[in-house]
Amino acid sequence: MSQLKAKEVLFAPIFNNNPIMLQVLGICSALAVTSKLETVIAMSAALAFVTTFSNMGVSAIRNYIPSSIRIIVQMAIIASLVIVVDQVLKAYAFGISKQLSVFVGLIITNCIVMGRAEAFAMKNPVGLSALDGLGNALGYSVLLVAVGVIRELFGSGKLLGFNILTPITEGGWYQTNGLLLLPPSAFFIIGFLIWGLRTWKKDQVEHD
Amino acid sequence: MSNESIKRTLGVALAVCVVCSVLVSTATVALKPLQEANKARETKKNILMAAGIYQDGMNIEQEFSKVEARLVDLKTGKFIDGDAASYDVRKMSKDPNESVEIPAKLDLGKIRTKATKAVVYMVRKDGALETLILPIYGKGLWSTMYAFMALKGDGNTVKGLSFYDHGETPGLGGEVDNPRWKALWPGKTLFDKNHVLQIRLPKQAVDRSRPEAIHQVDGLGGATLTTRGIEGLIRFWMGAEGFGPLLKQIQAQGV
Repeated sequence: MSQLKAKEVLFAPIFNNNPIMLQVLGICSALAVTSKLETVIAMSAALAFVTTFSNMGVSAIRNYIPSSIRIIVQMAIIASLVIVVDQVLKAYAFGISKQLSVFVGLIITNCIVMGRAEAFAMKNPVGLSALDGLGNALGYSVLLVAVGVIRELFGSGKLLGFNILTPITEGGWYQTNGLLLLPPSAFFIIGFLIWGLRTWKKDQVEHD
Repeated sequence: MSNESIKRTLGVALAVCVVCSVLVSTATVALKPLQEANKARETKKNILMAAGIYQDGMNIEQEFSKVEARLVDLKTGKFIDGDAASYDVRKMSKDPNESVEIPAKLDLGKIRTKATKAVVYMVRKDGALETLILPIYGKGLWSTMYAFMALKGDGNTVKGLSFYDHGETPGLGGEVDNPRWKALWPGKTLFDKNHVLQIRLPKQAVDRSRPEAIHQVDGLGGATLTTRGIEGLIRFWMGAEGFGPLLKQIQAQGV
């Protein structure tokens, strides 16, 4: 595995092997936090921190972890990091942490984090694992930002809280699309994005 | 020694646990003061906002020193002595010794139990009560919604209503935070001439030409259940089970 290139490890998860669009992992939080761009950015940053450091942590002790308890060891590391992130957000970004509420805590159960720890960090050196974690978080963020932009812009006519399409309720002309503010809309958007990506990169199409 | 031996397994488990717990407890302990300060500032800010005093960038601590916090006995509506600053209503409403169950029929806010006391905030001007700020809460559609209702010194006219904690759908029930909707509140009166609670949030747009419009605020479009929840919780807290006795006294003789 040593021939893996750092650059590839970092950038492949963005389009070629996107954790959400190809592996369809981490959907739950993608549905929940994408109604506003601000929360998306905070969530992405939190996830990047957790995946990067959990991959590093798991990778650093990968040769000592008995396989019988490896999952629980990974969970302990991930859970601790998530708590740290949650506490930091509560201390320094109180407003955002209130909006993210339980979803920061739920990073623990985000399949991407565990998946990368188990699939990559258990077999690769620390540096590469860190890059892999960061890369996957980037892949997650790219999709979340895309969904967040669509949902906030067309759902409430704003981006990052600034009016872009002034909604009727605030004296403008734009009739907001309430459906986009509800979690199911993220399902449709992610579905369309997956469709688009697989039309672009045909090799990602699954064969029956 | 093989990785799979029992000793090794226990050793790794123990080491991971110790390292993780040190990490977590350090973060928690180190950040606690900041978090508490955030929370306290947030509450004060919300109170000032409800009272209509808050402006962006003002010194919250300094402004808040003009606000007087008092404990109230809900049943009698009388002020009682005690440390209002440390009285935690959320905690007390769950404590069997400090709370009472609300009969289901009267439980418009769907909160089941209430603390026997409440903390109210007052702003005085030249000794007379200028603003009375009442903490209220109850179930919306998804979440318990927490708000401050600010009343004028007459204990009847609304100065403002602001929800500071809720988990309603953004864009629908979440529009309780919309300044345009909040702007509908000031000037409304809760009670009619005979001290009967009249405030309502009708589903249809309020017909402003009718006399009862003074007691009515438009419901939130697309959020019938949140609106119903808000109406329920306001009617609960302003009624006999909530701050009714206190408001009656204020209306009758002031404080």
